[in-house]
Amino acid sequence: MPKVKIPRKSTIVDMTAMCDVAFLLLSFFILATKQKPPEVLSVATPNSISKEVAPDKAIIITMTKDGRAFLSLGDEIKKGEILDNINLTKGLNLSAAEMAKFNKEEFIGLPFNQIKSALAMPTAPNPADMPGIPVKDSANNELVDWLRSVTNVYAGGNQNELQDMLLIKGDNESLYPVFKNIKFAFKRNQIYKFRIVTNGQPVPVGSELYNKAVAEKNK
Amino acid sequence: MAEMDTSSGGGHKKGPGVKKGKKLSTRVDLTPMVDLGFLLVTFFVFTTTMQQSTAMKMNEPKDDNPEEQMKVKNSGAMTILLGRANQIYYYYGQLDVATLSEQFKSGNFKDIRGLIVEKKKATPMDDLMYIIKSDSSSTFKNAIDILDEMSISAVPPGHYAEVDISPAEALMIKETETANGIK
Repeated sequence: MPKVKIPRKSTIVDMTAMCDVAFLLLSFFILATKQKPPEVLSVATPNSISKEVAPDKAIIITMTKDGRAFLSLGDEIKKGEILDNINLTKGLNLSAAEMAKFNKEEFIGLPFNQIKSALAMPTAPNPADMPGIPVKDSANNELVDWLRSVTNVYAGGNQNELQDMLLIKGDNESLYPVFKNIKFAFKRNQIYKFRIVTNGQPVPVGSELYNKAVAEKNK
Repeated sequence: MAEMDTSSGGGHKKGPGVKKGKKLSTRVDLTPMVDLGFLLVTFFVFTTTMQQSTAMKMNEPKDDNPEEQMKVKNSGAMTILLGRANQIYYYYGQLDVATLSEQFKSGNFKDIRGLIVEKKKATPMDDLMYIIKSDSSSTFKNAIDILDEMSISAVPPGHYAEVDISPAEALMIKETETANGIK
């Protein structure tokens, strides 16, 4: 058999460019997206088919599994003014230094009578240990006062804007009475529209809504 | 195979009189570096953008007016009660003392969608009203899920309402729970 020499070409691929692309993508993702802060209070929210996205600028009332309620005022909320209002109306007598410290905390979860003593302590209180804003019964619902301050600070502005910022983030296992009292606090302050933070889930196939959407698409 | 060829003039012939030591390969295999890069990218893709929380709208009625409830036609009303351990109880129209045991039915979240749609198809829209009552042993998840079921079954807002549970109904739930074994 005649000797046929198959010309062999080098199969070595230069991976330098691939490496550059990978690190470029990596840099993009690091810089362009915000990291989720480690959850201090773990809350497993229920699912819903709602497609509206939760806003970034928000006043969130967190309801934990054991029925504790916490208030967190987001970055662009008039937090200082709300805290000043509370200080005034509830007579907490917080000094400027204590107010500054209070302002730094992410979660508000103490009954009014414990706030001053908690702020006097050297270390910031841990939300996991806080007893939560009292909402257990309608007579002693401090959330009403907190929300009153919020509505006072935002009075005169666009009510719809305020309602868009109000969110309730509740755990799946928290019992209904706590939720009912939170709703009561809202109603007391004439807030009738708010939103619940949920995990998105697709519309179940075969359901009425799904069939409607399909019919609309096919029209 | 990835490599960076950094050896200089390895292919050149040795000139006369040039002393050259042992030729060491300076080829670096970059495949693991690329793997690492993509691994990190995947990590960042999944831990940052994927956490889209959605917000579900809630509308509360302005007045807790008990008279509003009575305006609902018996033929179009379906009352859904949420109990402990993800149990659902329901009845149609008003509870009649005589036929109490037949009327008061139990279900669960899987069946309720079918029942809601059944009722919706059988009733003219003007009369249709779902009354949702939550017992103090039901969870937040139950409350949100039932509202979600209303949206899934395309029940227009205004045809369902959340109302406080009456003591008689709470008692019925307790009795049914003990009869079926405390779940």
